[in-house]
Amino acid sequence: MQCPKCHAPMHTYNRNGVQIEQCSNCRGIFLDYGELEALTRLESQWSQPAPPPPAAPQAYPPAPPAPAWGAPQHGGHGGHGGHYGHHRHKSFGHMLFSS
Amino acid sequence: MPPHLLPALTATARARAHPEGTPCSACGAATLADRPDATVVRHAGTVVKAHAPGTDPDQLTARLATAAHLPGVLLPPLTPAAADLHGRLVSCWPYGAPVDPDDPDAAPWEAAGTLLARLHRAEPPTALPPMRGPAKAARAVARIAGRGEDPGPTGIVLRAWSALPAWARAEAPMPGPAALCHGDLHLGQLVRHPAPDGPWRLIDVDDLGLGVPAWDLARPAAWYACGLLPPEEWSRFLAAYREAGGPAVPADGDPWPALDVPARALTVQGAAQAIVRAERDGRRALDEVEQALVDACARMVSPVPVSVPAQLPPDSPT
Repeated sequence: MQCPKCHAPMHTYNRNGVQIEQCSNCRGIFLDYGELEALTRLESQWSQPAPPPPAAPQAYPPAPPAPAWGAPQHGGHGGHGGHYGHHRHKSFGHMLFSS
Repeated sequence: MPPHLLPALTATARARAHPEGTPCSACGAATLADRPDATVVRHAGTVVKAHAPGTDPDQLTARLATAAHLPGVLLPPLTPAAADLHGRLVSCWPYGAPVDPDDPDAAPWEAAGTLLARLHRAEPPTALPPMRGPAKAARAVARIAGRGEDPGPTGIVLRAWSALPAWARAEAPMPGPAALCHGDLHLGQLVRHPAPDGPWRLIDVDDLGLGVPAWDLARPAAWYACGLLPPEEWSRFLAAYREAGGPAVPADGDPWPALDVPARALTVQGAAQAIVRAERDGRRALDEVEQALVDACARMVSPVPVSVPAQLPPDSPT
């Protein structure tokens, strides 16, 4: 099928037994009748035993928005941590100076 | 490069930098770049560049005229037109001090954002061809294409490429109101002139032209998204761009709707170049920075995790 918003082709994915159509261009998601309820049900089953969220660190501002395909460290840690220090010099000299 | 080009280029730079009879000693003479698409030589305050074979002379002249017209944004050339040297077009520039690759803390993110905003708001003085960003991405991807179904990095990168809209693959005209764009922004494209501590200017007009201005922000955006650029530096760059009234992204709020497609395209381009580089270096494994680009391509073509209640309250109308 085609995306109702941008008309690019949509691809079908199966998530926990629920068929989801996702647009290959704008990444929008189309759910058939009943699928939202099915996902909500699965989500509530999944999240019941979840521990309370940790207190947000006060020292750092929240990380700026990043796309869904971004590196996972953007989620939940304010974008800080050892990752950048680890990559920094290497990526700086190597990647950030070339076409 | 033909073997006689570099000596001829060096002689050109030397003749311009040191008029007859003046000595040349410790003047900082050096070959600054020597790649298939460009050779750049410096003598004292003069830099000469041999442009890529096959460069269109009229398009290069229009790009040089644009740089001469916007000296507060682009480094202006020393001469209005390029000359022919052994079949290559050669342009002359003042020397500017580049960004130090060994000092990440000194990277001029604010200047980069401000200069791009000014460039994107500028009226070009002459007709210009399209900005060449998508065409260069397509060229990089073409070098790994045509290998059939590949389960490894090549297949992932090609699938991420084919999921991009046609304009980002240089297969359709760029959408939206066209802005004056640099076309190949990275940290090697900023120099201080006069060296060593004059104001920052953008260099390299080879890809300059009209197009989607978000493309020029998309390389830092891609580095940030791939975890290669810290959020603070990305924020400084973006804030400076917005502060200077740059039109590529909304003045506030989430910039990613505008950045997503070009940042994906430049991530794919970088990943394709990494694959070619690793193969050229004796089929070595990708290093961690290169792998980060391929991993991002993989996430582009796999379904994103859906967290429905976080986006849609269960009782909201749809």
